Amino acid sequence: MQITLTINGADHTLDLDPRVTLLDALRDHLGLTGSRKGCDQGQCGACTVLVNGRRINSCLSLAVMHEGDAITTVEGLSDGALSPLQQAFIEHDGFQCGYCTPGQICSATAMLDELAAGWPSHVSPSLDGPCELTEAELAERMSGNLCRCSCYPGINAAIRDAKGHQA
Amino acid sequence: MTIRIKLDDKSEDRADSLAQGLLGTPADRPEGHLKVTGAATYAADDIPGGCAFGVLVRAPGQGALTATNADDIRAMQGVLAVIRDPRMVRNSAQGTANEAPVQGVDSAAYTGQPIALVVAESFEQARHAANALKITADGPPGPVDPQAVEPEGEPDGQGDLDAAMADAPHSIDAEYTTAGHSSAPMEPHAAVAAWDGENLTVRASLQMLKYNRNELADCLGIDPARVRLLSPYVGGGFGSKLGISAETVAAAIAAKELDRPVRVVQHRRQVFETITRRSETRQRIRLAASSDGRLTGLGHEALVSNLPDESFAEPVTQASAFAYAAANRLIGERVARLHRPAAGSVRAPGEAVGVTAFECAMDELAVQLGLDPIELRLRNIPEKDPQSGIPFSSHMLAETLQDGAKCFGWQGRNPAPRQQRDGEWWIGTGMAAAFRVNILSEAEARITLTAGGALVETDMTDIGTGTYAILTQIAGEALGLPADRVTVKLGDTEYPPGSGSGGSWGAASTGNATWLAALDLRQQLASMMECDERDLTLKDGQATCGNTTRALSDLLGGDTLTGHGHIDAGKAFEDVRQSTFGAHFAEVAVNDITGEIRVRRMLGSFAAGRILNQKTARSQCHGGMTWGIGMALTEGLVHDRRDGHIVNRDLAEYHVATNADVPPLEVHFVEERDPWAGPMQSKGLGELGICGAGAAILNALHHACGVRLRDMPATPDRVLGGLERL
Ligand code: FES
Ligand code: FES
Repeated sequence: MQITLTINGADHTLDLDPRVTLLDALRDHLGLTGSRKGCDQGQCGACTVLVNGRRINSCLSLAVMHEGDAITTVEGLSDGALSPLQQAFIEHDGFQCGYCTPGQICSATAMLDELAAGWPSHVSPSLDGPCELTEAELAERMSGNLCRCSCYPGINAAIRDAKGHQA
Repeated sequence: MTIRIKLDDKSEDRADSLAQGLLGTPADRPEGHLKVTGAATYAADDIPGGCAFGVLVRAPGQGALTATNADDIRAMQGVLAVIRDPRMVRNSAQGTANEAPVQGVDSAAYTGQPIALVVAESFEQARHAANALKITADGPPGPVDPQAVEPEGEPDGQGDLDAAMADAPHSIDAEYTTAGHSSAPMEPHAAVAAWDGENLTVRASLQMLKYNRNELADCLGIDPARVRLLSPYVGGGFGSKLGISAETVAAAIAAKELDRPVRVVQHRRQVFETITRRSETRQRIRLAASSDGRLTGLGHEALVSNLPDESFAEPVTQASAFAYAAANRLIGERVARLHRPAAGSVRAPGEAVGVTAFECAMDELAVQLGLDPIELRLRNIPEKDPQSGIPFSSHMLAETLQDGAKCFGWQGRNPAPRQQRDGEWWIGTGMAAAFRVNILSEAEARITLTAGGALVETDMTDIGTGTYAILTQIAGEALGLPADRVTVKLGDTEYPPGSGSGGSWGAASTGNATWLAALDLRQQLASMMECDERDLTLKDGQATCGNTTRALSDLLGGDTLTGHGHIDAGKAFEDVRQSTFGAHFAEVAVNDITGEIRVRRMLGSFAAGRILNQKTARSQCHGGMTWGIGMALTEGLVHDRRDGHIVNRDLAEYHVATNADVPPLEVHFVEERDPWAGPMQSKGLGELGICGAGAAILNALHHACGVRLRDMPATPDRVLGGLERL
């Protein structure tokens, strides 16, 4: 099938088997390998990308479903200079092997937006915001991204630090 | 020239007198930029032109196998080959095997064994065809229950443990179990193989290239010199990538047969089955103690399992040999030969589960004695290795216990259980000691020095451990260069063979080799400066000797100097007992209604010689402690009782710790120098953090609510059962 995907602001026209996931389209057909495959079944978050600003597991979505969507991958987060989150991940050692890292960073990017928009989570005290970035909120909202190296202390510190810069 | 050292004795510390001030600092990882932008290339990322895609097929049962519709599969759209080659491997090779693991596809020793590779023009076609390949297995499953077979092996004894137990006023005789574990690195095992004539290059995800090259060559029946492996970035290992595994061998076979590059990536479910797991364990622990808490008897017997023809047996009792003094001892493992997926090294093989169970037993003894559990440990620190009588290279258990207790706020703790309540939650604290043997493995490194800076090369890997960072720091420190003038290249068999990453030995082994390579360069620079190497100060690109200072760029001009370092373990690892030590502390909340355990905070105090990088070392300890949480509370492989296959073979059913499972973790290093550990005087740290961490949590569980659980993981159903029995 011929489709056009809009990724990091650029249009890419591809002829794809309809079975190709968004993740594999990015990695294997467009060479955007920053999005990682950890499980290929929606259990790890390594493949997290932003679709119209919302985070999704790109392994669980078919590429052909995304014509017209604005897709942002880790490659689109730094525009020459690193984003505050990326910088903070380096400073706080928010990774070891680095495999889950693009997913963590994409996820955190959208998570901070969700928080700012007042979207509640399972641990939010109320359903109609505002939401604070408490320890519990941060841990809850980032638990879809596994890190087997177990860099959660660094990841959380980095997110807090980047949020501080944002504020 | 090469500076080659076999460590037979203590080494002099040179690093403290060097001038750059880089070593030991919490420097950022030099490859950090590549990792946060997604630009670091892992094994599956680089697809060469003309690449075909392979998907492995698993055995649906055991015994002789037949593929009943292979011709139909070959006719499917895009399919290039259905490969069932006798050189394919049964399971991943054991660490440092240096030869092929068991091979063959005609029969399956365990359910889930990789027994075919389907290759197609696209991944989607290959996956579809692999799913459609029909395989029948004719055999009944072999034994799969560790307790239903006669195990191999006998524990070693000293003195008379039975008599000590009978005579002791206080004793513990209890059985502990731990479930099997999966390493579950976030990057699944992957390979892209390409032949150029008779020469093979594979981008793969591996921890120990110099062994892996020989293993792959042996699998294929070719000269290792024809094999080049590339693993510049590895998405986690934890033991799972120590040995060559099914996808790499199959990719190489397919690429040769099809005369084009082939990529094979294991699916997460396949990683669970084809890659060695940590054996489940059943541990009988006996402690006999005098009324003042001195151990007179110590027994640690473990039952583990593995497939036939696997040399590895989880060395559960490894640290029990030297952890505590006791005249009467019985220590060792028995192995049950089972037809479950193969067992092998998973982070801290042995101590991870052995120290954890043992430290639970020590807590039970402390409660029985009415003695503070820290005090019980302090009273039983041996003067010398209790089994062999050799001295310790250094012994830091007391220091870490005291440091940890102080930082955690242990003093004044009410030892009685079931005293603190917070709503539905019981609150309690617990502690445990940590031990992990220190090993050094042969390693080489090369440094090329030019006016622009230094280039360090070794086939060593960085699996997240911080190799790029610490080799940068060691070379920069020794050569007086800031970090940005040092480049480290890893993970290519064209480079000198490093130690590989495993057994916590990477940093000390390849780090010392890098130091020796730098020393070689320092000697060359000193002779250019016409002074003794020891009188040479190198800092910020300047060489100083006496009153003479010259810029390195001036000294070298356009020249290139090369330094080689080569280190190996000698008598320093036989004549003294080398270990790292630590202390774990945990505070938990236990829900009285649901049985859920939440870890509220954890603290570890660790001693591992010189800490090469405060930041990456801390992260290693975070990792280990978090694995301790997983082992204690959530992680456990479940085997089908009929055919032994792993039922929970994915990340939704096998529960590694998530962000919300991990509380604030505090890590302290008690700095020391261990002269026996080599010129850098640093010891391995990647595994110490897991050893005993789970015990601190289970001991805190008992303190919180009075439930003593001896089976890990301590899932809510088990806790609830315990609460009901109180
Ligand atoms: S690869 Fe998509 S969630 Fe794991
Ligand atoms: S950094 Fe290795 S899995 Fe997260």
